[in-house]
Amino acid sequence: MLAYAAKRLGVALLVALTVSLITFSMIYMSGDPAIAIAGEGARAEDVEAIRKFYGFDRPIAVQYLDWLAGALKGDLGRSYTLRQPVAGVILARLPVTMILGASAMTFALVLAIPLGVVAAVRPNSMVDRFALALAVVGQAMPSFWFALTLILWLGVHWRVLPITGSGSWQNFVMPAVALGYYVTPAVMRLTRAGVLEVLSSDYIRTARAKGLRPMTVLFKHALRNAIIPVVALAAVQFGFMLGGSIVIETIFQINGLGYLAWESIQRKDLPTMQAIVLVLSVIYVGLTLAADLLNAFLDPRLRVA
Amino acid sequence: MPAADAAGGRRIGVADLVAPSPATLLRRRILRHWGLLIGGGILIAIAAVALLAPLLAGYDPYDQQLARKLIPPVWHASAKATWQHPLGTDQLGRDYLTRLVYGARISLLIGISAMLISGVIGTTLGVLAGYFGGRVDMLVTFIVTTRLSMPVVLVALAVVAIIGSSLTVVIWVLGLLIWDRFAVVMRSATQQVCAREFILAAQAVGCSTSRILLTEIAPNVVNHLIVVATLEMAQAILLEAALSFLGLGVQPPTPSWGLMISEAKGLMFFDPWLISIPGVALFLMVLAINLVGDGLRDVTAPENRN
Repeated sequence: MLAYAAKRLGVALLVALTVSLITFSMIYMSGDPAIAIAGEGARAEDVEAIRKFYGFDRPIAVQYLDWLAGALKGDLGRSYTLRQPVAGVILARLPVTMILGASAMTFALVLAIPLGVVAAVRPNSMVDRFALALAVVGQAMPSFWFALTLILWLGVHWRVLPITGSGSWQNFVMPAVALGYYVTPAVMRLTRAGVLEVLSSDYIRTARAKGLRPMTVLFKHALRNAIIPVVALAAVQFGFMLGGSIVIETIFQINGLGYLAWESIQRKDLPTMQAIVLVLSVIYVGLTLAADLLNAFLDPRLRVA
Repeated sequence: MPAADAAGGRRIGVADLVAPSPATLLRRRILRHWGLLIGGGILIAIAAVALLAPLLAGYDPYDQQLARKLIPPVWHASAKATWQHPLGTDQLGRDYLTRLVYGARISLLIGISAMLISGVIGTTLGVLAGYFGGRVDMLVTFIVTTRLSMPVVLVALAVVAIIGSSLTVVIWVLGLLIWDRFAVVMRSATQQVCAREFILAAQAVGCSTSRILLTEIAPNVVNHLIVVATLEMAQAILLEAALSFLGLGVQPPTPSWGLMISEAKGLMFFDPWLISIPGVALFLMVLAINLVGDGLRDVTAPENRN
């Protein structure tokens, strides 16, 4: 287990390093970043001053190592437009996105796991078909359009929920549903497949043969094993959700990391953009690492890889 | 003779004694698969509409007539609704049906192009990893893991914001970002094929690597490839719509469905059909592509259904 964990940790660190390199080079995709900041038609001496001020005149390798060393110490540079350290802004916004992601994931799991279990216990039943239909529809619905439709019906037509803002818990209901429904099909399918597989295994037959109640067999024996891959999937999907929340946060004007990303993209605030991509990627790497380790801890067969 | 009644009162013919050919079996599975038939039907209809757009649409998608702006669609109980504009007109007086029909072209163009680009990248990486294994496999797995850890929407938005947006840029950015599933699926499919004996036989008689890859492996992984291709095409279409919705995808006045929803966002409380119509179109197209993908997986590999 320890050797496996060390190896996975090493790979995760290497991935994070590569991501930082890619994120850093984003600044150079447009050509000269100094001209990009100065704007079109800026005077040559202004461009030169900006290049000096932000240190673009140094060799690229030095700039990267400097930026990386800063990032490791928690210094992600200064925002071009907000005139304050990026790290502070991100730290202030991150909890909002985390709350949104957690509520969205709760919604997805509460909907998907029971449906998946029932679908597996009664294959080809009405519930199974309903779950399948829900998954097919869910995967085809554009999230931003679903969000707008929710606003139209729940917010304007029936007036049961507030449309924008992030002040109270009611503000998070619609965004959580809009962000979370996209994860439900995957969780549901995995739950269904896992429970189906476990239910046909020998130890379940033994448990049934010795006369345990069907509910005990299902919840105490079957679900415990079937749920392991679902937990791992949920962790990975949580990472995806944090990255995808930019669309939902923009629509509902929730003051989280996604909205900050959209604002900084609008203002071409490169350091903030870079920092957000880096932070979200590192969180994702951490989540997948945690999911892998959890899986390996619970299921020793996986530790070989 | 009593034996003639064995098949439910029917005479046993030659057709009952000969096993049906794989092609016949495949055709039967396709015709019995409702999802595939419905999805395929919708998709063919949308593709036909996109191809024949100039013939079907009565107007120019860019023609603005402010005198006829915001006419509601015909099912609306408004006196302004008219069959001259069955789906109404938008806030700039452009015929909504025309823009919807031309929008199908944009979605399909982006979906197919981005899918082809990502397909070439992902398949190359996946097949190489699956065939050579060892260090190559480790390297490819590492590249895929790195790509997966970067949030697609955010990176796409940032890149488009930095280098400027256009149809070509959107296609390339999406194509370069969504190849991960191609690589993952092609890797495991190739690994499975490589374990079969005919690959060993081909290596034993001295076939070149490129020959083995192209004539022995490729035909056996192509059904997986088609299924992933449909999923990635749907993914690309949804991503383009999201980018355009956020104002960083296809630029006005091009009729993209995501952009149509974005442009009508401010009016959605007064004229909700402005966002419902392109939204439903987008939903139907992605639904049809997904149904075709799921259906193809079922009929080509029925054993993987769950």
